[in-house]
Amino acid sequence: MEDLGWSGIVVAILRNFLPVWISLAVLFAVSIRYKRRLGLYGKLFDSMIAMIGFALVMFWVFTAIFSDLIVTHDTLGQISQMKNKFPGTATPDGSGWYLLGGDHLGRDVFSRVVAGSRIVVQIAPLATLFAFMVGISLGLPAGYYGGRLDTVLSFLANLILAFPVILLFYLLVTPEIVETGLPQYMALVLFLFPIAFMMVLVNSRYYVVPAFRNKVMLIIAVVGGYLYLSLVGEVGTRVAVLPGAADFIHVPGNILIVFVSVVFVNSPTVYRIVRGITLDIKTRDYVAAGQTRGERPWYIMLWEILPNARGPLIVDFCLRIGYTTILLGTLGFFGLGLSPESPDWGSTINAGRKLLTIAPHPAIVPALALMSLVLGLNLLADGLREESLRD
Amino acid sequence: MLAFLTRRVFTMILTALCLTFIVFYLTNLPPNLEKLAKSEAGSRITDDEVQSWLNKNGHGSPLIVRYGEWLGLMPGWTYEENGRTTGRCISRGQDPADAARFCGILQGYWGQSSVFKDSVSTIIGTRLGLTGILMFWVMITMVPFSLLIGILAGMREGSRLDRTLSTFSISTAATPEYVSGVIFIAVFASSITGLKWFKGSAASAMEGITFENFFLPVLTIALYGVGQIARMTRASMAEVMTAQYIRTARLKGVSFMNVVMKHALRNALIAPFTVIMLLFPWLLNGVVIVETLFNYKGFGWTLVQAAGNNDIQLLLGCSVVAVIVVLVTQLISDVGYVYLNPRIRIS
Repeated sequence: MEDLGWSGIVVAILRNFLPVWISLAVLFAVSIRYKRRLGLYGKLFDSMIAMIGFALVMFWVFTAIFSDLIVTHDTLGQISQMKNKFPGTATPDGSGWYLLGGDHLGRDVFSRVVAGSRIVVQIAPLATLFAFMVGISLGLPAGYYGGRLDTVLSFLANLILAFPVILLFYLLVTPEIVETGLPQYMALVLFLFPIAFMMVLVNSRYYVVPAFRNKVMLIIAVVGGYLYLSLVGEVGTRVAVLPGAADFIHVPGNILIVFVSVVFVNSPTVYRIVRGITLDIKTRDYVAAGQTRGERPWYIMLWEILPNARGPLIVDFCLRIGYTTILLGTLGFFGLGLSPESPDWGSTINAGRKLLTIAPHPAIVPALALMSLVLGLNLLADGLREESLRD
Repeated sequence: MLAFLTRRVFTMILTALCLTFIVFYLTNLPPNLEKLAKSEAGSRITDDEVQSWLNKNGHGSPLIVRYGEWLGLMPGWTYEENGRTTGRCISRGQDPADAARFCGILQGYWGQSSVFKDSVSTIIGTRLGLTGILMFWVMITMVPFSLLIGILAGMREGSRLDRTLSTFSISTAATPEYVSGVIFIAVFASSITGLKWFKGSAASAMEGITFENFFLPVLTIALYGVGQIARMTRASMAEVMTAQYIRTARLKGVSFMNVVMKHALRNALIAPFTVIMLLFPWLLNGVVIVETLFNYKGFGWTLVQAAGNNDIQLLLGCSVVAVIVVLVTQLISDVGYVYLNPRIRIS
């Protein structure tokens, strides 16, 4: 088989992404058709910038979903003749092409980038969500009660923020620290927040309907508790609560560590934002009305203040997913956490940068992928900000 | 103002103590010490030998005591064997009686690097100097450029110029250093495009800086900051331009250029000042990434080497510097904001 030219490469790549194009087209057609009924989400489709950003983000989300259909080669399969080969080179057995060339070990760059999107799309939004849960559950009371609680929490938040991120990563993710189980203990604490948050949320609202509340609380406790124990614990490590037979969720140890450190770095910033907004909103009349009605503090915080703070929080959520993506890339770039074989973008850039002047494509492709995803998220956040200001 | 300053400085010292203690704790965990003992005394020594090596070298005492010694608040450890006394403050060949009792960060003794075989203060001094040069050029390019973009964009909010410049600053803010650096090297320094305008490595910049070997690293760090500062300046400028006194000035017939330069600018630059100061910790990250990528052996490169090679004393030294940089810039930013903004008066 002959090597492909540039136009051939583009055509082949576009063809491989076919499931993504179809999904994007369907999503956009449906959303634009019904945009007037979709609230804030529908308003996105009024602004060109937000639409471009949303398209970029959804492109990578669909790529992650369909990555098994899109990849052309095994992400770890090495063909020694294909080392550092240029984009469009045909494989020696004639079965296909390395559409975006081969890396320094003779693996397919295209397939690895596509597979890498799955890691980012799985970790980044979830880690950001956890950071928001932590930040909200601490920021609301700090802003609402103020006083000593605020002083202590703000001091702790500033403490973490004063750490240079890379130093923190190096301290948390080195094998020596992992050996002591510290990241797992941190996971024990950090993962409690989402469960506590959900419980307080339900309790404060349905306090007056005990029967219903008890039912929901029980569900949260059982489902959340199982997920918690299963996620945090792993048989054979320092934290192993569930027996192996009951532990169905296996998070590879290093993914958990990366996840925890990213949540840990992000939550103080979220805390500061939530605290600031709470300080502003708690002086409003509807909060005073709630207090006069005799509502309890957590009801006011979670059902009066939080919904009114959603605008800036949604915008920041988008931006923060982008920032988390950058952090994940940084971890990979320094070879921390994820295994060197992992196809995530940061590790691939790190592996490719050594031969940058001779064969730049193994590093350039994941770099552009990462940039486009973060750019998409930033544009989306910008569009959301403009649309939510217009209300 | 004085009370405010005292409180801030007090919090700062407390933060610095907490942070250094955390770093000290995390770098002096048993596995780290065991690794250190094995790399210093031989990799095949038994557990007992590891323990005796640790005791002999002052790692046996409780953590808080060792932290105190390192800080210089506790007397340095001494160890007596066969009538010969060794100790933290006793340099080789020195009479133990002459040695100082306290030696730590406060006394200016930063310890010995186990990888570079040199005193930590010398290493950090030279490396910081190299990074200082890098930062100087970053600031020179970044600050005027980003302020200009921000002011031009915020001057007429919603205009085509504003849209173009805002998109530019969003894209630069979305490009982390390791992405832009890789792209720059591939485009401007590789044999693929054939441009080869600049060098892909800044290793030669340590002897002599030329445009060729220093432009790409400076540009890579500056570009990420440009986006952040320009966005902030734009927001601040746009807010000022809607103020009453600007409209008054326009209505009484002052030209648009004069309004921008004389009336708006001074108030619009308060927020960017604090952002530039708060950006220092971020720039520190950028420095670490860029120095690793371009192989420029400055402070960031040293930090990575120290962390990667379990060089405890050097890593501690690096974190002290990093923490001080972060805290001092925070203080300057706060004090500067109060000083520049006449609407805030702290009594």
